[in-house]
Amino acid sequence: MIQKIAWKNVWRNKLRSIILITSIALGIWAGLFMMSLTTGLNTQRIGNAINSGLGHIQIHHPEYTKEYNPKYFIKDTALLSQTLSQIPTIKSWSYHNNFTGMIASPTSGYGVALIGINPLTEKNTTSIHTKIISGTYFTSDKKNQIVIGEKLARKLKVELNNKIVVTFQDTSNNIISGAFRVTGIYKTASSSFDESIAFLNKKDLEKLAGTSSIVNEVIVFLDDVKDVAPTKNNLSTSLPMLQVRSWDDISPELGYANELMSIALSVFILIIILAMSFGIINTMLMAVLERKRELGMLISVGMNKRKVFSMILNETLYISLIGGPIGIIGAWATINHFGKVGINLSSMGKGLDSLGIGSIIYTKLDSQMYLTITIVVVLTALLASIYPSLRALRMNAAEAVRQN
Amino acid sequence: MSLIQVTNVHRVYNETDIPVSALKGVNLSINEGEFTAIVGPSGSGKTTLLNIIGGLDSATDGSLEVAGKNITHLATNELIDFRLNNIGFVFQAYNLIPVLTAKENVEFIMLLQGWEKNKREQRAMQLLEEVGLKEKVNSKPSQMSGGQQQRVAVARALASHPKFVLADEPTANLDSASTNNLLDIMVELNQREQMTFVFSTHDQRVIDRARRVITLEDGQIKSDIYK
Repeated sequence: MIQKIAWKNVWRNKLRSIILITSIALGIWAGLFMMSLTTGLNTQRIGNAINSGLGHIQIHHPEYTKEYNPKYFIKDTALLSQTLSQIPTIKSWSYHNNFTGMIASPTSGYGVALIGINPLTEKNTTSIHTKIISGTYFTSDKKNQIVIGEKLARKLKVELNNKIVVTFQDTSNNIISGAFRVTGIYKTASSSFDESIAFLNKKDLEKLAGTSSIVNEVIVFLDDVKDVAPTKNNLSTSLPMLQVRSWDDISPELGYANELMSIALSVFILIIILAMSFGIINTMLMAVLERKRELGMLISVGMNKRKVFSMILNETLYISLIGGPIGIIGAWATINHFGKVGINLSSMGKGLDSLGIGSIIYTKLDSQMYLTITIVVVLTALLASIYPSLRALRMNAAEAVRQN
Repeated sequence: MSLIQVTNVHRVYNETDIPVSALKGVNLSINEGEFTAIVGPSGSGKTTLLNIIGGLDSATDGSLEVAGKNITHLATNELIDFRLNNIGFVFQAYNLIPVLTAKENVEFIMLLQGWEKNKREQRAMQLLEEVGLKEKVNSKPSQMSGGQQQRVAVARALASHPKFVLADEPTANLDSASTNNLLDIMVELNQREQMTFVFSTHDQRVIDRARRVITLEDGQIKSDIYK
């Protein structure tokens, strides 16, 4: 019956309870939605970076990454291919032939990374072929094709089918130049990527450099990002002569941003929880003080302090158990909806592009977070009800029953 | 046999500041089956005495024995349990739980005592019938008159089979008809079941029906009259 009284007490002042329930629901909704937005932003940022060419894991000659000199290439590609094919967590991989050079148009020239790829295997790994906004992605057999980013094209003031001159240093440190025709223009979520990376057919690049088939870089993609650490260890053990690095080794800033966002999110959640706590304390305190005479009567007639405490605790629990699920279900529906259709932030698209995120954000949240938030909300509600409950216990029953 | 034994009870408020003596060495013995009214002007100490007898307040000095048990130095939780199992309370402002029906209000005390549901319901119905509220069992306090609410409060006070009932100004908020009706019920319970009633009151109608009238003045018993 104590539970029944507690439940009925919740509805004594309907408006007040509804306001508190709504504020709890809104707080949870806002917290979960913000978390999903941040998770979505981060996931997209990391995903875009990984899919654009970073990969989950990269393999290089150990000297290559010190000065990015193409003379340091992987010699035994047969062993490499065999090792990669034997690891079940690996989904696909592609070999790159990387040079640092200049691209010049009739109006200007810019320093870029020239990535020599095999278009067929590359399609199974990176997502650049899906980002083509003009032209094609190495679909014809024509020689000396080049695919550049939209921002670089703008800077060079070139369009599709225009010729540009590519200059780079070969493996013997000779300066090599060649004319390439722009056959494709891509646009990723990262404007800095778009202005600094150009893709060429690996064969054309090797022919120009006068080298046989060389591999400077292997981009490895996994089925599940969670397998990065064990796969990296596996590869490091199997290929001790090569340098194996995971995406967060190569781009630690992506990981730092993740951590930074987690901290910001924690602060945000803390603020929501504090606001919710004060709301609950205020409402429950009012409820206790309003019912002073009744609580005094309950203690007078023999309701012990544990039961009085439990009754007030139950009232708070019921309020949070109504508000909590409403907030969680609302958040789930919203997150699910925007996880599918995305939130169009094109008004601030340029800023997001420079962060490598893209203008459409897809909300995303681990199901475990719903459980965590539920537990946090219930615990917060219970903790917040302790003070009003203690106030109820401290009252003088004899005085309280005589109050008007 | 003495049911309530008050021995040289003093109660001083604000002991550290300006002490106010509410009771000054009260000695009193109330036997089982008595129908006693404690009267006196405002500030005479009748509510303080009633609170001390009911275990709601503690004496600064002296001792209190109820049903053979010295409750003077019981801890708070022990006092709460003692009250639950030995004392029925009727308050001036009825103090029913507004969200519960009349029957649930009466059952509530038995629930605290751990009674089974069937027995609780049975006794609640019986008591409400005795106080003439059979037709109001499912009514909430807001749907009842003051007199009816006070009768529910009497039924609630009796529900736990207390050793005695303490009633603090029970008729102060009632009209004449309701007061007489309530007093009839209490007198009948007193006579039929030998239930001990102790009132604090200003109400002449209650004083007229009481069989013993204790008058307090300035924290001391001025007179103690058996009728």
